[in-house]
Amino acid sequence: MAVQTQTLPKPLDLAPVFKEAALAGLLTLALTVGLVGIRTIEAPGGLSFDTRFDDVAWAVVIVFLGRFALALTRAGRPLPALIGSAAVAAALTFLLLIGEGDPHGVLPFDDPIVSWIVVICAVGLAIRAAVVLGSVEAGSSKAADREQVMDRIAAQFQYATRWFGPLFAAFAIALPFLPFGDRQMVDLATLVLTYIMLGWGLNIVVGLAGLLDLGYVAFYAMGAYSYAMFATEFGFSFWLCLPIAGMLAASLGALLGFPVLRLRGDYLAIVTLGFGEMIRIILTNWWWFTGGPNGIGSIPRPTFFGLPFDRTPEEGAQAFHTFFGLEYESIHRVVFLYYLILVLALITNFFTLRVRRLPVGRAWEALREDEIACRALGINPTNTKLTAFAIGAMFAGFAGSFFATRQGFVSPESFTFIESAIILAIVVLGGMGSQVGVVLAALLLIGLPEFFRELETYRMLAFGAGMVLIMIWRPRGLLAHRDPTITLHHGAAAKAHR
Amino acid sequence: MEYFVQQLINGLTLGSIYGLIAIGYTMVYGIIGMINFAHGDIYMIGAFLSVITFLVLGTIGFTFIPLALIIMLLISVVLTAAYGWTVERIAYRPLRGSFRLAPLISAIGMSIFLQNYVQLLQGARNKPLQPIISGGVVLMEKDGLTAYMSYLQMVIIVLTIVLMAAFSYLIAKTSLGRAQRACEQDRKMASLLGVNVDRTISLTFVIGAALAAVAGLMVTLYYGVIDFFIGFLAGIKAFTAAVLGGIGSITGAMLGGVLIGLIEAFWSAYFSVEYKDLAAFSVLVLVLIFRPTGLLGKPEIEKV
Repeated sequence: MAVQTQTLPKPLDLAPVFKEAALAGLLTLALTVGLVGIRTIEAPGGLSFDTRFDDVAWAVVIVFLGRFALALTRAGRPLPALIGSAAVAAALTFLLLIGEGDPHGVLPFDDPIVSWIVVICAVGLAIRAAVVLGSVEAGSSKAADREQVMDRIAAQFQYATRWFGPLFAAFAIALPFLPFGDRQMVDLATLVLTYIMLGWGLNIVVGLAGLLDLGYVAFYAMGAYSYAMFATEFGFSFWLCLPIAGMLAASLGALLGFPVLRLRGDYLAIVTLGFGEMIRIILTNWWWFTGGPNGIGSIPRPTFFGLPFDRTPEEGAQAFHTFFGLEYESIHRVVFLYYLILVLALITNFFTLRVRRLPVGRAWEALREDEIACRALGINPTNTKLTAFAIGAMFAGFAGSFFATRQGFVSPESFTFIESAIILAIVVLGGMGSQVGVVLAALLLIGLPEFFRELETYRMLAFGAGMVLIMIWRPRGLLAHRDPTITLHHGAAAKAHR
Repeated sequence: MEYFVQQLINGLTLGSIYGLIAIGYTMVYGIIGMINFAHGDIYMIGAFLSVITFLVLGTIGFTFIPLALIIMLLISVVLTAAYGWTVERIAYRPLRGSFRLAPLISAIGMSIFLQNYVQLLQGARNKPLQPIISGGVVLMEKDGLTAYMSYLQMVIIVLTIVLMAAFSYLIAKTSLGRAQRACEQDRKMASLLGVNVDRTISLTFVIGAALAAVAGLMVTLYYGVIDFFIGFLAGIKAFTAAVLGGIGSITGAMLGGVLIGLIEAFWSAYFSVEYKDLAAFSVLVLVLIFRPTGLLGKPEIEKV
């Protein structure tokens, strides 16, 4: 009869609920009055400003009500909170759908998106209240339970990849020939695959070896610039440049890694970030060598093993379409680039999957879990980390030369810190060490925003907020679960694990 | 000699600003062992808030400069502290005791969020501000070379010294300072002995943000132009300062700040301006390689 006593209404003291909501409202006022309420404008005679105190007032009211509902739920009165937030969400949705033509939506914010976010928050509150209401009746569910459920889902998903992984690869191969595989689609898929490859490369460093690298873009830049320079200065072909770029990037990785890999995790992160920025500063300022901020242009486009994709090739050369007796079409090059990155990405994936089973791969994962134990077992941490760092850098170098040949132009602008952060976010969001997680995260972070072009201004804002929220929700990433690569007594342990 | 003294003054001014930001890094690292990557952006928000306050004061016809500066300082400090508190509450507190890299990644996300938040609201372009404090004194003059110290530089250096003194008093003598030092040594033990750990950590973030806001105000006055991206580089340099001085040590942070300021000023003066940011990064790398504990830091013992 314990359930009975729980549902008995306790006397509710409204004062602390009000206090909590009022404090939240006050805090919102402090946060918004300066930056939201007063917008600076660059006027001809200096700086002037514009006031938006209505936005501030709305924000305060919304936060007050939201916090009130939350506090009410916590105080054991989920029903009024549920009804209130559901009603607000429904009313706002209705008004937003009715007032489609009004650019300001219902609330006086500049953009209806802000109103939609309010709706989403209200729905979230309602769901939370409903969960509390449900759990009071059906026994409580703990956060740890939820985490376990998510882990199980992640493990099952991981296991299922064995079946749909090849299917997915087959789909990727067939994509250019499918009805919706037009030029735009193939271009987008190429972009996503570039990030998947970078994510897989960084996954070796971050996911397997547990080294937080915030300067991964330095190796990407190294690959891109070495291809650009070898191709424009010496006329080397793409296939010759690719291994050179990979090797150069790997050497840079070893060179940078050697002194810093003794550092603890978060120091390493900042130093790699510093290195990433240093490389960018050098690329910008060493203008006679790297072209400075203007970069290097007219980089040769890739050829199909010597056959160019031009309509009219140079004297004596044969073009791709004449060699194969096809009509000239500009999409040939796009499709070729797509297959190129697909192959490169699959090589990265295959390499990672195989190397995980080698002693060095196992040493990476062991090192990630416990460095001191590894040292006690005779693993040299610096060398082991160094291999991970250099191999990760090598794949970034490959991806970099692909980037250079696809764009035909490189400049330091493409290699900012934000690029490193995006690649890292792909790895972390997907779940560190999870190969399929990287694919999922790249599709979410790179593919999805392309379909929401009009939300461009909010993209990075949502990106940062998403990183924080996912960390809070699942600190190890969406598809992270601790799956031992090698198990003893294979059959029994594997069965027990599943 | 005059040129040298001039660079010394410039370096000290710059170093004061870095030192104030570095304290925020070092305190947070000391207590919860995380790099608050968003701290540079808190400083940027402080700079924006002081510009906004100045504009509002100018519009309502407030022209008495010293009082206006004090009002700017107070408003910017209070509102920025609110940001510091909120960031900790939202992005870091839920992750306490979680997997090691989680708070750092959350902090990077917060940093991206804050940058874009300010860019979205205030625009991406530079915000110029006319100089508020002008004039200065000539310290030395010989062969047409002068060493000049503006009143603004004096204000910055003096204000930094005053703040440092007040802050050292706070850490050494007040109950909050004692609680902070206790949490730094052993959080669990401190909580068993009745120290409210959550509150202490929150206040640490508030104090760090307040000092960053002062630095933001100073940089606004000193350079006269800000944008939403200033927090990134300043943050890295201040972090370098904190590491150089020995992370966790507050005197170290100040010393490191001044050293980084001096290195940057002399590097720009005698080598090249283009590579001045490279100097700070190289120092960071060199310090971490050869003396990971910094100048005044204690060696860290890794336990199993």
